[in-house]
Amino acid sequence: MEQHVFDRLMRDDKLPHMWCRGCGNGIVLQSIIRAIDRTGIDQDKAVIVSGVGCSSRANNYTDFCGLHTTHGRPIAFATGVKMANPELQVIVVTGDGDSTSIGGNHFIQAARRNIDLTVVVFNNSNYGMTGGQYSPTTPVGAFTRTSVYGNIEPAFDVCRLAEGSGATYVARSTTYHVQSLIKYIASGITHKGFSVIDAMCDCPTLFGRINGLGDGAKMIAAWPEKTVSIEKAGTLSADELEEKVIIGEFVNSSRRSEYTEKYARIIEEAQRERADLK
Amino acid sequence: MEKTAYAPEYRVLTGNEAVTLGALAAGMNFFAGYPITPATEIAELASELLPKYGGKYMQMEDELASMAAVIGASFAGSKAMTATSGPGCSLMQENLSYGMLAEVPCVLIDVMRQGPCQGVATMPAQGDIMQSRWGTHGDHPIIVTAPSSVEELYRETARAFNMAEKYRTPVMVLSDAAMAHMSEKIRIPAAEELCITNRKKPDVPKDRNYKPYEADETDIPPMASFGDGYRWFVSGIIHDETGFPATADYEKIAEKLTRIERKIDWNIKEIESYEEYRTDDAEIIIVAIGIVSRVAKGAIDKARKEGVKAGLFRPITLWPFPDEALQKQAAKAKKIITAEMNDGQLSRIVKELDGTDGKIEKVTRNDGALMTADMIYDRIMEVK
Ligand SMILES: Cc1ncc(C[n+]2csc(CCOP(=O)(O)OP(=O)(O)O)c2C)c(N)n1
Repeated sequence: MEQHVFDRLMRDDKLPHMWCRGCGNGIVLQSIIRAIDRTGIDQDKAVIVSGVGCSSRANNYTDFCGLHTTHGRPIAFATGVKMANPELQVIVVTGDGDSTSIGGNHFIQAARRNIDLTVVVFNNSNYGMTGGQYSPTTPVGAFTRTSVYGNIEPAFDVCRLAEGSGATYVARSTTYHVQSLIKYIASGITHKGFSVIDAMCDCPTLFGRINGLGDGAKMIAAWPEKTVSIEKAGTLSADELEEKVIIGEFVNSSRRSEYTEKYARIIEEAQRERADLK
Repeated sequence: MEKTAYAPEYRVLTGNEAVTLGALAAGMNFFAGYPITPATEIAELASELLPKYGGKYMQMEDELASMAAVIGASFAGSKAMTATSGPGCSLMQENLSYGMLAEVPCVLIDVMRQGPCQGVATMPAQGDIMQSRWGTHGDHPIIVTAPSSVEELYRETARAFNMAEKYRTPVMVLSDAAMAHMSEKIRIPAAEELCITNRKKPDVPKDRNYKPYEADETDIPPMASFGDGYRWFVSGIIHDETGFPATADYEKIAEKLTRIERKIDWNIKEIESYEEYRTDDAEIIIVAIGIVSRVAKGAIDKARKEGVKAGLFRPITLWPFPDEALQKQAAKAKKIITAEMNDGQLSRIVKELDGTDGKIEKVTRNDGALMTADMIYDRIMEVK
């Protein structure tokens, strides 16, 4: 009998995971596992890099090389890994705070370089690990432990941020739209270049409770109402889109070449020059 | 990578050039950095030479990212280095502590400039003596070496790589703005002289039973590279021998922290390095590192002409500090003068050593100008 994908690609000895009941991280993690399975990449040639946060624990449960780094820096660590050995398939798992607040600069710079990393942002609209403070993706007006009067900071749109910075594959899905989430992550992995998948997920314990959004199941069930497809979004006015989360593929482009491939050409050229000197 | 093929036996180099060439000779094949005076030329030369030898250069967005990329590259099997100066070195501290805990071979060059903050970017100082030891949070050992000439910068950078590989740890080299930009004729050592060392690789079967932090009696765990067939995990959280977080067991936490101390302690004799100059009969011992030790020799020669028995003790490895050797000198000496380009950081180290009580005098300078031989000479004559 064929081994189940979870038995093959996860470390069951590390379970149960540390996430709360109803947390959306598990759905995102299983989507990553199914996506990796779908792409058929070599298990020994993949490295999953994470930062610090609840979501960054995801690679603790997977059976690949794993690099659990410092808060905000996983993309910078991953850049070193990928550059040193471009044969490796490097996937970054990160939180919204990890990737767009403390690690925001690394996020946009890696996108600008178009280095072949696949970044999955577990976007739960707050800092989970530290107990639910507002993050750069917390919606205006939302309550968190540090925005008890309602958040006054406008949120980043992770996809637009990635697109504007030069990422060549950008998509968003939710813990409700799991099939497309898997599809986008798989596309990100096979895409040659910097890929970002904004995975909208749920933090019922902190964000959900303080905003009266109900338990995990209720939060997941709310996604169809809150979201609109990127195709449909094109037909709606700014007012109609005001409170909506747009899901779908934002960018899928092969027009810009990938960073490590460009550097490989520098090496070729430099070595030719060196030979010429002799 | 081909080594030292480009190097004739003698060359005139600046300190910064010597660092890059010494690193290449030791096998550096990855550099990540962010420009900063007075370290920039190290990166510039690396960007030009590395691809010629199949290596990689990356200009990162800041020093946080530089240190991170260096560590990532090392996990993928590279011999990796970064170079910076005070402000950048401050930014590197967090990920340097990652390198310490996760036991990552890599080299950090700190070309010291006058500080604090932006200070005077183009002027030399020795203000990072304490930062190099205690700049990170938490406790861990560190190896720091402080060369005093262009030739020694070449050799010590190569040795830094060897130690990083052998002991599976980050190693720091302290240069300064004066040495970085001065030119000296140096002898380029042959490859064999550099005793190039590579990290110990695991020889267990390539399955998930490889434990990246399981050490033998040397206390240094063999290190696989990502992608070479082992499937392993590393974390900046305190971990057990499997590399996975282990924060619930006090014994395991203590075991990890003592092992990383021990692996340096066992090898202290091999790591430790210092120079003694005219100390045989010395009654006054000057303690100085780097560029200051050079003018100290002039001061000592001049004092000796006046019949004052002075000598120099120069730590080459600043950390671990060669305390036993200095204590021996201290026991014989009437006075110990610490001479340094800061407000007295070396002096504090010496003060902690047995037998130095009541004997310590200081010469300090923190204005960005070089210490002169006369400043040290005058102090010798005052305290003799
Ligand atoms: C340098 C640093 N600053 C702050 C922290 C504390 N910290 C740990 S996780 C975290 C936020 C995590 O939020 P996010 O990245 O959104 O991930 P989540 O926990 O929500 O999955 C913070 C602030 C830290 N570990 N390191």
